Amino acid sequence: MSKICIVFDRLRSEEKMLEKQAIELGHNTTMLDAKITQFNTDSQKNDYDFGNVVLERCISYFRGLHFTACLEFLDVPVINKFVVASNCGNKLIMSLCLKKNNVPTPKTYFSFSADAAKENLEKVGFPLVLKPVIGSWGRGVIQLKDNDTAEAMFELRELTNGPHDRIFYLQELVKRPPRDIRVITVGDQVIAAMYRKSSGGFKTNIALGAEPELCDITKEIEDVCVKASQAVGGGILGVDLMEDEKNGLVVHEVNNTVEFKGLAKVAKKNIPKEMVEFALNSTRK
Amino acid sequence: MNCPECDASLNIPDDAAVGEIVSCPDCGADFEISKKEGVNVELKQAETVGEDWGE
Repeated sequence: MSKICIVFDRLRSEEKMLEKQAIELGHNTTMLDAKITQFNTDSQKNDYDFGNVVLERCISYFRGLHFTACLEFLDVPVINKFVVASNCGNKLIMSLCLKKNNVPTPKTYFSFSADAAKENLEKVGFPLVLKPVIGSWGRGVIQLKDNDTAEAMFELRELTNGPHDRIFYLQELVKRPPRDIRVITVGDQVIAAMYRKSSGGFKTNIALGAEPELCDITKEIEDVCVKASQAVGGGILGVDLMEDEKNGLVVHEVNNTVEFKGLAKVAKKNIPKEMVEFALNSTRK
Repeated sequence: MNCPECDASLNIPDDAAVGEIVSCPDCGADFEISKKEGVNVELKQAETVGEDWGE
């Protein structure tokens, strides 16, 4: 019997599904709240009971990332690895990983001050999509259609003045049907896919009310997603695709702590089971 | 048990686990289950959504 530890900071349906599945598969399963766990530089692996592998499932990206760093310091196997979480958690790094590995991705412009971003816009023209480099669920993603909107957004960035507000990530507005495709990959396997249909605006995040619908996994989807997964370092991931009228499938995001509550209800494969088995198998290699 | 914020009655399902969030139907405040031993449940204020929350 193997032992698996699921690390969380907010217990959602996904973490409960993973726990249930691990128990049903006969594994000794522990749930660990990252918020009440402590480490220090003298910590040893034996001080804790992490079992054979940890599934890191924190809703807070930074908490999960730093927790993963501590686990890897202790030589505890963790899914996903620190490098993967780091690559996926920052949209700029993720875009670079995708492009570097020849994964089709929308053209994206990077600048490091509001003035440079304005210059960038003048050169490229409207519309472009401004995205925060850190963040999820479509928050802060704005379509810049004209100079007034751009000025307002850049001014807002100067007011909030967070460390990431100085990084300007501007992406081409891809011409596509009003939907995107969310694909769950586990290692080099594509497990499930769904369309996320826009509920009106240009965003297609389920968190914003997009309608999910099962999507057939074509060879093209499989190939692109496996390549995207490998580009960021592999593991358990959520790959987001758009059907670009010009360029076919393009990957605009790879998510590190993928949410699968909705998809699990309709997917042909047992998503949490695949995840638990992958995590445990990864320690046996 | 009652809502620590507005004293309304909170319905905590029997299968609720530590780490889960319960919301008060009256005032909308969110609480995290911090301890659960049988019918004895302890709550703490839930964290608010962070800039880095999500997938």
